[in-house]
Amino acid sequence: MGEMMIILLNAILMENLVLKKFLGICPFLGVSKKINSALGMSVAVTLVMLAATAITWPIHTYIFLPNKLQYLRTIAFILIIALFVQLVEIILGKFFPPLHRSLGVFLPLITTNCAILGITILNVDDNLGYLDSIFRALGGGLGFALALIVFSSLRQKLEESNIPKAFKGIPAALIAASFFSLSFAGFSGMVENMFGKA
Amino acid sequence: MFTQYFLPVIIFIGLGSLAGIALSVASTVFAVPENEYLKKLRQILPGINCGACGYNGCDEYAYKVIEGEPLNLCTPGGDKVAEEISEILGREFEDVVEKVAFARCAGIPGVSGQKYEYTGPPSCAGSAALYGGHGDCTYKCLGFGDCVEACPYDAIDIVDFVAIIDRNKCTGCIACVAACPKEIIEIRKDSGSVYVACANCQAGKDVRKICKRGCIACGICAKKCSAGAITVENYLANIDYDKCTDCGECVSVCPTGCITQK
Repeated sequence: MGEMMIILLNAILMENLVLKKFLGICPFLGVSKKINSALGMSVAVTLVMLAATAITWPIHTYIFLPNKLQYLRTIAFILIIALFVQLVEIILGKFFPPLHRSLGVFLPLITTNCAILGITILNVDDNLGYLDSIFRALGGGLGFALALIVFSSLRQKLEESNIPKAFKGIPAALIAASFFSLSFAGFSGMVENMFGKA
Repeated sequence: MFTQYFLPVIIFIGLGSLAGIALSVASTVFAVPENEYLKKLRQILPGINCGACGYNGCDEYAYKVIEGEPLNLCTPGGDKVAEEISEILGREFEDVVEKVAFARCAGIPGVSGQKYEYTGPPSCAGSAALYGGHGDCTYKCLGFGDCVEACPYDAIDIVDFVAIIDRNKCTGCIACVAACPKEIIEIRKDSGSVYVACANCQAGKDVRKICKRGCIACGICAKKCSAGAITVENYLANIDYDKCTDCGECVSVCPTGCITQK
């Protein structure tokens, strides 16, 4: 169990997808204006990440690896991710129409969100076991949620503050994002010191 | 041979058809009945997303109308759109309160002077950023026509460096109000042709120094108005368009000529 915790914390804090690996920047800047849509987006991304990892790992391990077909993984993984994104979109449209509307085009764009493809490929690249992969996907999703939600509350403050007109909007958000990712550098080495080397 | 060429094809046929079946099942199970009204309303509304109704664009207003908001909020569409909405939804027709914008300034050259000569980029926003604009009067129309560019209906002209809004073309969307850096464009009910062409809230004596046609808050218009529609507040005359009978008495009594009839 300790190892799982290390993988989870590692994925959330030290290898944060958005702030350390620079994956999934598009929704990070696009959907972080309001805290509600940020919350919905991160839940959707986490769900898709978990489901995609749960399916792609067996496909890669039991079909692609024995037949030496690893070169197919990118296109196959995207197909599976697209399937789950469509499922999430249909379900959101049915049960949470306001959220579905406020996410708009960013919801189908989860398909090409490199954070999800990134985590599925990183999992099979690092030869993690099935359970480890799931935990890493969960950590990746939670890390994405953490970055998105904290940053959206930051941006709400930014929107109200009196800054020069040329910096309003995305420029100020990018500067804030760079400081934000610098602050996450402070977590490096924390997990090793807490739990011992993985 | 088989694993190299045929297996990938088989795998993808399998994956693709599985995904297809899963999605088609999901889309029938979780189908959302497309709102018939919404489709029709979308076609009827002007589609310029001006925001005059108070919502984020025509689509959101269509949603809100179906949910029970008043159907007469679309001023650009006017009575015609409200009528069609009422036909589709089967609700009672409500008259649209037509609104028009008017620019509260009459400070043409010779009437109101310049504080300095502005030579920057030709935009009101640029001039307004330098000591509140180049006009002697802080509330002066700067005359570069930021509102002209914003107007989707081509209703604004700059005549003698002052914005003049054509009442017939204006639909009361609030594009120019948002564009004006001096905030001198206001929206009023389109029930009278008179308006106070001054936005200066300084005391009469100070206004007199910088503008020959500024409102000096003498209050003669308020006294002479037979309908009691004019009040003077913050050294500035204001017309209540619910009461105004459009008689034009105020225009003739105003000593500075800042009440205009167009």
